[in-house]
Amino acid sequence: MALKNLSNQTLAWLKRGVFLLALVPLGNLAVAGFTDGLGANPIEKITRSTGYWTLTLLLITLSITPLRKLSGWQWPVRLRRMLGLFAFFYACLHFSMYLVVDQFFDWEGIVKDIVKRPYITVGFPAFLLMLPMAITSSDGMIRRLGGKRWRQLHRLAYLCAIGGVVHYWWLVKKDLTNPITFALLLSVLFGLRLFYVAKDAIKRRRNADTGTAAR
Amino acid sequence: MPVYKPTAIPASEITPRQLFNDRRRFMQIAAGASLAALLPPSVWAADNKLAGVKNPAYTVPEELTPYKDVTSYNNFYEFGTGKDDPAKNAGSLKTRPWTVTVEGEVKKPQVFDLDTLMKMAAIEERVYRLRCVEAWSMVVPWLGFSLAELIKQVEPTGKAKFVEFISLNDPSQMPGQQTSVLAWPYREGLRIDEAMHPLTLLTFGLYGELLPNQNGAPIRVVVPWKYGFKSAKSIVRIRFTEQQPVTSWMLAGPGEYGFYSNVNPTVDHARWSQAKERRIGEFLRRKTLMFNGYEQEVAALYTGMDLTANF
Repeated sequence: MALKNLSNQTLAWLKRGVFLLALVPLGNLAVAGFTDGLGANPIEKITRSTGYWTLTLLLITLSITPLRKLSGWQWPVRLRRMLGLFAFFYACLHFSMYLVVDQFFDWEGIVKDIVKRPYITVGFPAFLLMLPMAITSSDGMIRRLGGKRWRQLHRLAYLCAIGGVVHYWWLVKKDLTNPITFALLLSVLFGLRLFYVAKDAIKRRRNADTGTAAR
Repeated sequence: MPVYKPTAIPASEITPRQLFNDRRRFMQIAAGASLAALLPPSVWAADNKLAGVKNPAYTVPEELTPYKDVTSYNNFYEFGTGKDDPAKNAGSLKTRPWTVTVEGEVKKPQVFDLDTLMKMAAIEERVYRLRCVEAWSMVVPWLGFSLAELIKQVEPTGKAKFVEFISLNDPSQMPGQQTSVLAWPYREGLRIDEAMHPLTLLTFGLYGELLPNQNGAPIRVVVPWKYGFKSAKSIVRIRFTEQQPVTSWMLAGPGEYGFYSNVNPTVDHARWSQAKERRIGEFLRRKTLMFNGYEQEVAALYTGMDLTANF
Protein backbone atom coordinates (compact mmCIF):
# COMPACT_ATOMS: atom_id res chain seq x y z
CA MET A 1 0.00 0.00 0.00
CA ALA A 2 1.28 3.41 -0.96
CA LEU A 3 0.20 4.95 2.31
CA LYS A 4 2.00 2.42 4.42
CA ASN A 5 5.43 3.86 3.91
CA LEU A 6 5.97 7.41 2.82
CA SER A 7 9.16 8.65 1.26
CA ASN A 8 11.27 10.91 3.44
CA GLN A 9 10.47 13.78 1.16
CA THR A 10 6.70 13.28 1.45
CA LEU A 11 7.03 12.96 5.18
CA ALA A 12 9.00 16.21 5.36
CA TRP A 13 6.22 18.00 3.52
CA LEU A 14 3.60 16.38 5.69
CA LYS A 15 5.44 17.55 8.78
CA ARG A 16 5.51 21.11 7.49
CA GLY A 17 1.79 20.91 6.73
CA VAL A 18 0.91 19.57 10.18
CA PHE A 19 3.13 22.21 11.77
CA LEU A 20 1.23 25.00 10.01
CA LEU A 21 -2.13 23.37 10.70
CA ALA A 22 -1.37 23.15 14.40
CA LEU A 23 -0.70 26.89 14.39
CA VAL A 24 -4.11 27.71 12.90
CA PRO A 25 -5.94 27.96 16.27
CA LEU A 26 -3.33 30.45 17.49
CA GLY A 27 -3.55 32.33 14.20
CA ASN A 28 -7.32 32.50 14.50
CA LEU A 29 -7.03 34.00 17.96
CA ALA A 30 -4.46 36.52 16.74
CA VAL A 31 -6.63 37.57 13.79
CA ALA A 32 -9.70 37.81 16.02
CA GLY A 33 -7.64 39.85 18.48
CA PHE A 34 -6.74 42.41 15.83
CA THR A 35 -10.23 42.57 14.30
CA ASP A 36 -12.23 42.91 17.51
CA GLY A 37 -13.46 39.36 17.06
CA LEU A 38 -12.82 37.96 20.53
CA GLY A 39 -16.12 39.21 21.91
CA ALA A 40 -16.91 40.94 25.16
CA ASN A 41 -14.70 38.69 27.27
CA PRO A 42 -11.53 38.08 25.24
CA ILE A 43 -9.66 36.61 28.19
CA GLU A 44 -12.26 33.91 28.67
CA LYS A 45 -12.29 33.25 24.93
CA ILE A 46 -8.50 32.80 24.75
CA THR A 47 -8.44 30.61 27.87
CA ARG A 48 -11.25 28.40 26.58
CA SER A 49 -9.80 28.14 23.10
CA THR A 50 -6.26 27.25 24.19
CA GLY A 51 -7.66 24.70 26.65
CA TYR A 52 -9.81 23.16 23.96
CA TRP A 53 -6.88 22.81 21.58
CA THR A 54 -4.62 21.37 24.28
CA LEU A 55 -7.11 18.56 24.78
CA THR A 56 -7.75 18.11 21.09
CA LEU A 57 -4.04 17.85 20.26
CA LEU A 58 -3.46 15.55 23.21
CA LEU A 59 -6.15 13.19 21.95
CA ILE A 60 -4.78 13.34 18.39
CA THR A 61 -1.33 12.49 19.78
CA LEU A 62 -2.79 9.56 21.68
CA SER A 63 -4.58 8.27 18.61
CA ILE A 64 -1.31 7.76 16.72
CA THR A 65 -0.50 4.32 18.16
CA PRO A 66 -4.02 2.90 17.69
CA LEU A 67 -3.98 4.34 14.17
CA ARG A 68 -0.71 2.56 13.44
CA LYS A 69 -2.07 -0.72 14.72
CA LEU A 70 -5.31 -0.38 12.82
CA SER A 71 -3.81 0.71 9.52
CA GLY A 72 -0.34 -0.74 9.63
CA TRP A 73 1.04 2.67 8.68
CA GLN A 74 4.38 3.54 10.21
CA TRP A 75 4.69 7.20 9.34
CA PRO A 76 2.14 8.69 11.78
CA VAL A 77 4.55 7.88 14.60
CA ARG A 78 6.99 10.32 13.02
CA LEU A 79 4.45 13.13 13.59
CA ARG A 80 3.71 12.20 17.18
CA ARG A 81 6.43 14.22 18.88
CA MET A 82 5.45 17.40 17.08
CA LEU A 83 1.78 16.92 17.91
CA GLY A 84 2.57 16.23 21.54
CA LEU A 85 4.76 19.31 21.74
CA PHE A 86 1.99 21.40 20.23
CA ALA A 87 -0.39 20.08 22.88
CA PHE A 88 2.19 21.22 25.43
CA PHE A 89 2.50 24.58 23.65
CA TYR A 90 -1.25 25.25 23.91
CA ALA A 91 -1.24 24.01 27.51
CA CYS A 92 1.48 26.59 28.28
CA LEU A 93 -0.60 29.36 26.72
CA HIS A 94 -3.65 28.15 28.64
CA PHE A 95 -1.73 28.06 31.92
CA SER A 96 -0.18 31.48 31.26
CA MET A 97 -3.64 32.99 30.88
CA TYR A 98 -4.50 31.64 34.31
CA LEU A 99 -1.18 32.65 35.88
CA VAL A 100 -0.89 36.13 34.43
CA VAL A 101 -4.36 37.38 33.60
CA ASP A 102 -6.54 35.48 36.02
CA GLN A 103 -4.34 35.46 39.10
CA PHE A 104 -1.61 37.95 38.17
CA PHE A 105 1.11 35.92 39.92
CA ASP A 106 -0.88 35.74 43.13
CA TRP A 107 0.90 32.59 44.30
CA GLU A 108 -1.11 32.41 47.48
CA GLY A 109 -4.32 32.55 45.47
CA ILE A 110 -3.00 29.88 43.13
CA VAL A 111 -2.13 27.52 45.98
CA LYS A 112 -5.60 28.10 47.41
CA ASP A 113 -7.16 27.34 44.04
CA ILE A 114 -5.19 24.10 43.70
CA VAL A 115 -6.33 22.96 47.11
CA LYS A 116 -9.92 24.17 46.95
CA ARG A 117 -11.04 24.08 43.32
CA PRO A 118 -11.40 20.50 42.13
CA TYR A 119 -11.09 21.47 38.46
CA ILE A 120 -7.79 23.19 39.19
CA THR A 121 -6.74 20.38 41.55
CA VAL A 122 -6.82 18.03 38.55
CA GLY A 123 -5.93 20.54 35.85
CA PHE A 124 -2.72 21.82 37.39
CA PRO A 125 -1.02 18.41 37.89
CA ALA A 126 -2.20 17.37 34.44
CA PHE A 127 -0.24 20.34 33.11
CA LEU A 128 2.80 19.59 35.29
CA LEU A 129 2.87 15.98 34.06
CA MET A 130 3.37 17.29 30.55
CA LEU A 131 6.68 18.85 31.59
CA PRO A 132 8.77 15.65 31.93
CA MET A 133 7.45 14.46 28.59
CA ALA A 134 8.29 17.74 26.88
CA ILE A 135 11.78 17.73 28.44
CA THR A 136 12.47 14.15 27.33
CA SER A 137 11.13 14.61 23.83
CA SER A 138 14.50 15.05 22.13
CA ASP A 139 16.35 12.23 20.37
CA GLY A 140 19.21 12.61 22.85
CA MET A 141 16.90 12.12 25.82
CA ILE A 142 15.29 9.06 24.23
CA ARG A 143 18.74 7.57 23.82
CA ARG A 144 19.79 8.48 27.33
CA LEU A 145 16.65 7.02 28.92
CA GLY A 146 16.50 3.98 26.72
CA GLY A 147 13.43 3.09 24.69
CA LYS A 148 11.67 1.10 27.36
CA ARG A 149 11.95 3.64 30.16
CA TRP A 150 11.12 6.44 27.77
CA ARG A 151 7.93 4.68 26.69
CA GLN A 152 6.95 4.08 30.30
CA LEU A 153 7.47 7.75 31.11
CA HIS A 154 5.44 8.85 28.14
CA ARG A 155 2.44 6.84 29.24
CA LEU A 156 1.90 9.90 31.43
CA ALA A 157 0.15 11.33 28.39
CA TYR A 158 -2.86 9.23 29.31
CA LEU A 159 -2.96 10.67 32.80
CA CYS A 160 -2.71 14.16 31.32
CA ALA A 161 -5.63 13.49 29.02
CA ILE A 162 -7.78 12.07 31.81
CA GLY A 163 -6.88 15.03 34.02
CA GLY A 164 -7.67 17.41 31.18
CA VAL A 165 -11.08 15.90 30.46
CA VAL A 166 -12.04 15.87 34.15
CA HIS A 167 -10.78 19.46 34.46
CA TYR A 168 -13.09 20.48 31.59
CA TRP A 169 -16.00 18.45 32.94
CA TRP A 170 -15.80 20.08 36.38
CA LEU A 171 -15.57 23.66 35.23
CA VAL A 172 -18.52 23.66 32.85
CA LYS A 173 -21.60 25.24 34.40
CA LYS A 174 -24.28 23.08 32.84
CA ASP A 175 -23.79 22.20 29.18
CA LEU A 176 -21.59 19.09 29.23
CA THR A 177 -21.69 18.41 25.47
CA ASN A 178 -18.00 19.13 24.85
CA PRO A 179 -16.57 17.38 27.93
CA ILE A 180 -18.69 14.31 27.20
CA THR A 181 -17.44 14.21 23.61
CA PHE A 182 -13.82 14.36 24.79
CA ALA A 183 -14.50 11.67 27.40
CA LEU A 184 -16.05 9.36 24.80
CA LEU A 185 -13.17 9.82 22.37
CA LEU A 186 -10.69 9.15 25.14
CA SER A 187 -12.50 5.96 26.16
CA VAL A 188 -12.45 4.76 22.56
CA LEU A 189 -8.67 5.31 22.46
CA PHE A 190 -8.31 3.52 25.78
CA GLY A 191 -10.51 0.68 24.54
CA LEU A 192 -8.42 0.21 21.41
CA ARG A 193 -5.23 0.19 23.42
CA LEU A 194 -6.57 -2.39 25.86
CA PHE A 195 -7.78 -4.49 22.93
CA TYR A 196 -4.29 -4.57 21.43
CA VAL A 197 -2.67 -5.27 24.78
CA ALA A 198 -5.04 -8.23 25.27
CA LYS A 199 -4.50 -9.42 21.73
CA ASP A 200 -0.72 -9.35 22.16
CA ALA A 201 -0.98 -11.19 25.46
CA ILE A 202 -3.10 -13.94 23.89
CA LYS A 203 -0.70 -14.21 20.98
CA ARG A 204 2.26 -14.50 23.36
CA ARG A 205 0.51 -17.21 25.38
CA ARG A 206 -0.41 -19.12 22.25
CA ASN A 207 3.20 -18.95 21.11
CA ALA A 208 4.29 -20.14 24.51
CA ASP A 209 1.71 -22.95 24.34
CA THR A 210 2.84 -24.12 20.95
CA GLY A 211 6.41 -23.97 22.26
CA THR A 212 5.56 -26.41 25.01
CA ALA A 213 3.12 -28.47 22.95
CA ALA A 214 5.77 -31.06 22.25
CA ARG A 215 5.91 -32.25 25.82
CA MET B 1 13.50 45.35 -17.71
CA PRO B 2 10.45 47.28 -18.93
CA VAL B 3 8.09 47.99 -16.13
CA TYR B 4 4.57 49.28 -16.60
CA LYS B 5 4.30 52.74 -15.14
CA PRO B 6 0.77 54.00 -14.58
CA THR B 7 0.29 57.60 -15.61
CA ALA B 8 0.10 59.85 -12.62
CA ILE B 9 -3.38 61.08 -11.74
CA PRO B 10 -3.32 64.87 -11.63
CA ALA B 11 -4.21 66.32 -8.26
CA SER B 12 -7.10 68.18 -9.86
CA GLU B 13 -8.73 64.87 -10.73
CA ILE B 14 -8.71 63.48 -7.19
CA THR B 15 -12.05 63.65 -5.44
CA PRO B 16 -11.71 65.45 -2.11
CA ARG B 17 -12.18 63.11 0.82
CA GLN B 18 -15.17 65.11 2.06
CA LEU B 19 -17.05 64.69 -1.22
CA PHE B 20 -16.06 61.04 -1.50
CA ASN B 21 -17.43 60.28 1.95
CA ASP B 22 -20.56 62.33 1.37
CA ARG B 23 -21.25 60.46 -1.83
CA ARG B 24 -21.06 57.19 0.05
CA ARG B 25 -23.42 58.47 2.69
CA PHE B 26 -25.79 59.83 0.04
CA MET B 27 -25.91 56.41 -1.61
CA GLN B 28 -26.62 54.76 1.73
CA ILE B 29 -29.40 57.17 2.58
CA ALA B 30 -30.90 56.83 -0.89
CA ALA B 31 -30.77 53.03 -0.68
CA GLY B 32 -32.30 53.09 2.77
CA ALA B 33 -35.03 55.50 1.74
CA SER B 34 -36.04 53.52 -1.35
CA LEU B 35 -36.12 50.34 0.72
CA ALA B 36 -38.21 52.01 3.38
CA ALA B 37 -40.65 53.23 0.73
CA LEU B 38 -41.37 49.63 -0.20
CA LEU B 39 -42.26 48.61 3.34
CA PRO B 40 -45.57 49.23 5.08
CA PRO B 41 -45.46 52.26 7.40
CA SER B 42 -45.79 50.11 10.51
CA VAL B 43 -42.37 48.63 9.89
CA TRP B 44 -40.30 51.70 9.23
CA ALA B 45 -42.17 53.68 11.83
CA ALA B 46 -41.47 50.99 14.41
CA ASP B 47 -39.77 52.89 17.15
CA ASN B 48 -37.77 50.91 19.61
CA LYS B 49 -36.81 53.94 21.66
CA LEU B 50 -37.83 54.00 25.28
CA ALA B 51 -37.40 57.10 27.38
CA GLY B 52 -36.80 57.06 31.10
CA VAL B 53 -36.13 59.63 33.76
CA LYS B 54 -32.72 59.16 35.32
CA ASN B 55 -32.97 58.04 38.93
CA PRO B 56 -29.80 59.41 40.54
CA ALA B 57 -30.37 57.42 43.73
CA TYR B 58 -30.00 54.22 41.73
CA THR B 59 -27.19 55.20 39.42
CA VAL B 60 -23.82 53.69 40.27
CA PRO B 61 -20.99 56.07 39.41
CA GLU B 62 -19.15 53.51 37.30
CA GLU B 63 -18.30 53.34 33.66
CA LEU B 64 -21.07 51.77 31.57
CA THR B 65 -20.34 48.50 29.80
CA PRO B 66 -20.57 49.26 26.06
CA TYR B 67 -23.93 48.56 24.41
CA LYS B 68 -22.27 46.10 22.06
CA ASP B 69 -21.00 43.95 24.94
CA VAL B 70 -24.26 44.18 26.88
CA THR B 71 -26.14 42.89 23.85
CA SER B 72 -23.69 40.29 22.54
CA TYR B 73 -22.44 38.52 25.67
CA ASN B 74 -25.44 36.91 27.32
CA ASN B 75 -26.50 33.92 29.33
CA PHE B 76 -29.98 33.07 28.06
CA TYR B 77 -30.08 29.29 27.68
CA GLU B 78 -33.44 29.45 25.90
CA PHE B 79 -31.36 30.49 22.89
CA GLY B 80 -28.28 28.31 23.44
CA THR B 81 -25.58 27.90 26.05
CA GLY B 82 -22.84 29.88 24.27
CA LYS B 83 -22.41 33.51 25.24
CA ASP B 84 -22.96 34.66 21.66
CA ASP B 85 -25.89 32.28 21.00
CA PRO B 86 -28.66 34.56 22.33
CA ALA B 87 -27.63 37.47 20.08
CA LYS B 88 -27.51 35.05 17.12
CA ASN B 89 -30.72 33.11 17.81
CA ALA B 90 -33.10 35.41 19.65
CA GLY B 91 -34.49 36.91 16.44
CA SER B 92 -37.15 34.18 16.43
CA LEU B 93 -38.71 35.50 19.64
CA LYS B 94 -42.01 37.33 19.07
CA THR B 95 -42.42 40.02 21.71
CA ARG B 96 -45.82 41.37 20.59
CA PRO B 97 -48.56 40.67 21.46
CA TRP B 98 -47.40 39.77 24.98
CA THR B 99 -49.30 39.29 28.18
CA VAL B 100 -48.21 38.68 31.73
CA THR B 101 -50.51 36.62 33.94
CA VAL B 102 -50.38 37.57 37.61
CA GLU B 103 -51.95 34.93 39.83
CA GLY B 104 -51.78 32.97 43.07
CA GLU B 105 -52.05 34.53 46.49
CA VAL B 106 -53.37 37.92 45.33
CA LYS B 107 -56.72 39.61 45.76
CA LYS B 108 -56.76 40.86 42.18
CA PRO B 109 -55.31 38.26 39.82
CA GLN B 110 -55.06 39.73 36.32
CA VAL B 111 -53.75 39.22 32.84
CA PHE B 112 -51.85 42.34 31.85
CA ASP B 113 -51.17 43.36 28.32
CA LEU B 114 -47.57 44.48 28.00
CA ASP B 115 -48.48 47.98 26.81
CA THR B 116 -50.81 48.48 29.77
CA LEU B 117 -48.16 47.21 32.11
CA MET B 118 -45.56 49.62 30.75
CA LYS B 119 -47.84 52.57 31.52
CA MET B 120 -48.47 51.51 35.11
CA ALA B 121 -45.72 53.76 36.47
CA ALA B 122 -43.15 56.25 35.23
CA ILE B 123 -40.23 54.59 33.49
CA GLU B 124 -36.91 55.32 35.18
CA GLU B 125 -33.37 54.82 34.00
CA ARG B 126 -31.23 53.08 36.59
CA VAL B 127 -27.60 52.16 36.25
CA TYR B 128 -26.99 48.88 38.06
CA ARG B 129 -24.06 46.55 38.45
CA LEU B 130 -24.76 43.09 37.07
CA ARG B 131 -22.74 40.26 38.59
CA CYS B 132 -22.93 36.85 36.95
CA VAL B 133 -22.43 33.70 39.03
CA GLU B 134 -19.64 32.88 36.55
CA ALA B 135 -17.57 35.71 38.05
CA TRP B 136 -17.88 38.36 35.38
CA SER B 137 -19.76 41.63 35.67
CA MET B 138 -21.16 44.58 33.74
CA VAL B 139 -22.70 47.98 34.40
CA VAL B 140 -26.00 48.44 32.57
CA PRO B 141 -28.42 51.36 32.21
CA TRP B 142 -31.81 49.65 32.57
CA LEU B 143 -35.26 51.14 31.95
CA GLY B 144 -38.25 50.22 34.07
CA PHE B 145 -39.85 50.80 37.42
CA SER B 146 -39.91 49.04 40.78
CA LEU B 147 -41.66 45.69 40.69
CA ALA B 148 -43.39 46.89 43.87
CA GLU B 149 -45.61 49.12 41.69
CA LEU B 150 -47.13 46.05 40.07
CA ILE B 151 -47.28 44.06 43.28
CA LYS B 152 -49.27 46.84 45.00
CA GLN B 153 -51.84 46.79 42.19
CA VAL B 154 -52.65 43.08 42.57
CA GLU B 155 -52.81 43.21 46.39
CA PRO B 156 -51.04 40.10 47.72
CA THR B 157 -52.89 38.19 50.43
CA GLY B 158 -51.42 37.41 53.84
CA LYS B 159 -50.32 34.04 52.50
CA ALA B 160 -48.13 35.51 49.76
CA LYS B 161 -44.65 34.75 51.09
CA PHE B 162 -42.86 34.27 47.77
CA VAL B 163 -43.06 35.43 44.17
CA GLU B 164 -42.35 33.04 41.32
CA PHE B 165 -41.38 34.25 37.84
CA ILE B 166 -42.07 31.96 34.91
CA SER B 167 -40.52 32.64 31.52
CA LEU B 168 -41.91 31.85 28.10
CA ASN B 169 -41.93 28.16 27.15
CA ASP B 170 -42.06 27.83 23.37
CA PRO B 171 -39.36 25.77 21.66
CA SER B 172 -40.45 27.10 18.27
CA GLN B 173 -39.45 30.61 19.33
CA MET B 174 -36.71 29.56 21.73
CA PRO B 175 -34.53 26.96 20.00
CA GLY B 176 -32.49 26.28 23.14
CA GLN B 177 -35.58 24.73 24.71
CA GLN B 178 -35.28 21.84 22.27
CA THR B 179 -32.58 20.50 24.58
CA SER B 180 -33.17 19.73 28.23
CA VAL B 181 -30.16 21.63 29.50
CA LEU B 182 -32.49 23.24 32.09
CA ALA B 183 -36.01 22.39 33.29
CA TRP B 184 -38.30 24.47 31.05
CA PRO B 185 -40.01 26.80 31.49
CA TYR B 186 -37.31 28.77 33.24
CA ARG B 187 -38.44 29.49 36.79
CA GLU B 188 -37.03 31.94 39.26
CA GLY B 189 -38.26 33.32 42.53
CA LEU B 190 -37.85 35.87 45.28
CA ARG B 191 -39.06 36.24 48.80
CA ILE B 192 -41.92 38.75 48.89
CA ASP B 193 -39.87 41.37 50.76
CA GLU B 194 -37.09 41.00 48.18
CA ALA B 195 -39.62 41.40 45.40
CA MET B 196 -41.07 44.49 47.09
CA HIS B 197 -37.66 46.08 47.59
CA PRO B 198 -37.44 49.30 45.54
CA LEU B 199 -34.20 48.10 43.91
CA THR B 200 -35.99 45.17 42.27
CA LEU B 201 -36.70 46.53 38.83
CA LEU B 202 -39.43 45.45 36.44
CA THR B 203 -37.48 46.07 33.28
CA PHE B 204 -38.55 46.90 29.73
CA GLY B 205 -35.48 48.43 28.21
CA LEU B 206 -31.79 49.29 28.32
CA TYR B 207 -29.61 52.02 26.85
CA GLY B 208 -32.64 54.13 25.90
CA GLU B 209 -34.40 51.46 23.89
CA LEU B 210 -36.74 48.50 24.34
CA LEU B 211 -34.97 45.36 25.56
CA PRO B 212 -33.22 43.57 22.72
CA ASN B 213 -34.54 40.00 22.52
CA GLN B 214 -31.26 38.52 23.78
CA ASN B 215 -31.53 40.61 26.96
CA GLY B 216 -34.89 39.18 28.01
CA ALA B 217 -37.44 41.05 25.89
CA PRO B 218 -40.06 42.24 26.30
CA ILE B 219 -40.20 42.13 30.09
CA ARG B 220 -37.83 40.90 32.77
CA VAL B 221 -36.80 41.63 36.30
CA VAL B 222 -33.41 42.89 37.42
CA VAL B 223 -32.37 42.12 40.98
CA PRO B 224 -28.95 43.77 41.19
CA TRP B 225 -27.75 42.32 44.50
CA LYS B 226 -28.21 38.74 43.34
CA TYR B 227 -26.36 36.70 40.72
CA GLY B 228 -27.62 37.35 37.21
CA PHE B 229 -29.60 34.13 36.79
CA LYS B 230 -32.02 35.29 39.53
CA SER B 231 -33.24 38.02 37.18
CA ALA B 232 -35.80 36.12 35.09
CA LYS B 233 -36.20 37.09 31.43
CA SER B 234 -39.11 37.07 28.97
CA ILE B 235 -41.62 36.67 31.80
CA VAL B 236 -45.15 35.44 31.02
CA ARG B 237 -46.37 34.56 34.50
CA ILE B 238 -45.88 35.94 37.99
CA ARG B 239 -47.22 33.77 40.76
CA PHE B 240 -47.55 34.59 44.45
CA THR B 241 -47.09 31.54 46.68
CA GLU B 242 -46.91 30.51 50.29
CA GLN B 243 -44.21 27.91 49.64
CA GLN B 244 -40.72 28.74 48.44
CA PRO B 245 -40.65 28.07 44.69
CA VAL B 246 -38.17 25.58 43.24
CA THR B 247 -36.19 27.34 40.54
CA SER B 248 -34.71 25.89 37.35
CA TRP B 249 -31.16 26.39 38.61
CA MET B 250 -31.93 24.79 41.98
CA LEU B 251 -33.09 21.73 40.05
CA ALA B 252 -30.00 21.84 37.83
CA GLY B 253 -27.53 21.92 40.71
CA PRO B 254 -29.02 21.81 44.21
CA GLY B 255 -25.59 22.08 45.82
CA GLU B 256 -24.45 24.89 43.57
CA TYR B 257 -27.39 27.25 43.08
CA GLY B 258 -29.45 28.17 46.10
CA PHE B 259 -32.74 30.02 46.30
CA TYR B 260 -31.14 33.21 47.62
CA SER B 261 -28.02 33.43 45.45
CA ASN B 262 -27.05 36.80 46.85
CA VAL B 263 -23.77 38.14 45.52
CA ASN B 264 -21.36 37.35 48.32
CA PRO B 265 -17.56 37.35 47.98
CA THR B 266 -17.18 35.23 51.13
CA VAL B 267 -19.46 32.38 50.02
CA ASP B 268 -17.91 30.53 47.11
CA HIS B 269 -19.67 28.60 44.40
CA ALA B 270 -19.23 24.88 44.99
CA ARG B 271 -16.56 24.80 42.28
CA TRP B 272 -15.10 28.28 42.00
CA SER B 273 -14.33 31.37 44.06
CA GLN B 274 -16.69 34.34 44.14
CA ALA B 275 -14.16 36.68 45.78
CA LYS B 276 -13.25 38.41 42.53
CA GLU B 277 -14.85 39.14 39.21
CA ARG B 278 -13.84 40.28 35.77
CA ARG B 279 -15.62 43.45 34.77
CA ILE B 280 -16.23 43.13 31.04
CA GLY B 281 -13.72 45.39 29.32
CA GLU B 282 -11.18 45.26 32.14
CA PHE B 283 -7.99 43.23 32.12
CA LEU B 284 -7.45 42.16 35.72
CA ARG B 285 -10.08 40.94 38.12
CA ARG B 286 -11.57 43.30 40.66
CA LYS B 287 -12.87 42.46 44.13
CA THR B 288 -16.52 41.45 44.33
CA LEU B 289 -18.55 43.62 46.69
CA MET B 290 -20.92 42.28 49.35
CA PHE B 291 -24.44 42.16 47.88
CA ASN B 292 -22.80 43.45 44.70
CA GLY B 293 -22.29 46.85 46.36
CA TYR B 294 -25.91 47.18 47.50
CA GLU B 295 -25.19 46.17 51.10
CA GLN B 296 -26.55 49.41 52.56
CA GLU B 297 -29.85 48.97 50.79
CA VAL B 298 -30.48 45.26 51.24
CA ALA B 299 -28.44 43.86 54.14
CA ALA B 300 -31.40 44.44 56.49
CA LEU B 301 -33.42 41.86 54.53
CA TYR B 302 -31.11 39.16 55.83
CA THR B 303 -30.45 40.13 59.43
CA GLY B 304 -29.77 37.08 61.55
CA MET B 305 -29.68 34.78 58.55
CA ASP B 306 -26.81 32.38 57.94
CA LEU B 307 -25.78 33.42 54.44
CA THR B 308 -23.53 30.38 53.97
CA ALA B 309 -26.34 27.93 54.71
CA ASN B 310 -28.83 30.05 52.75
CA PHE B 311 -26.59 30.52 49.72
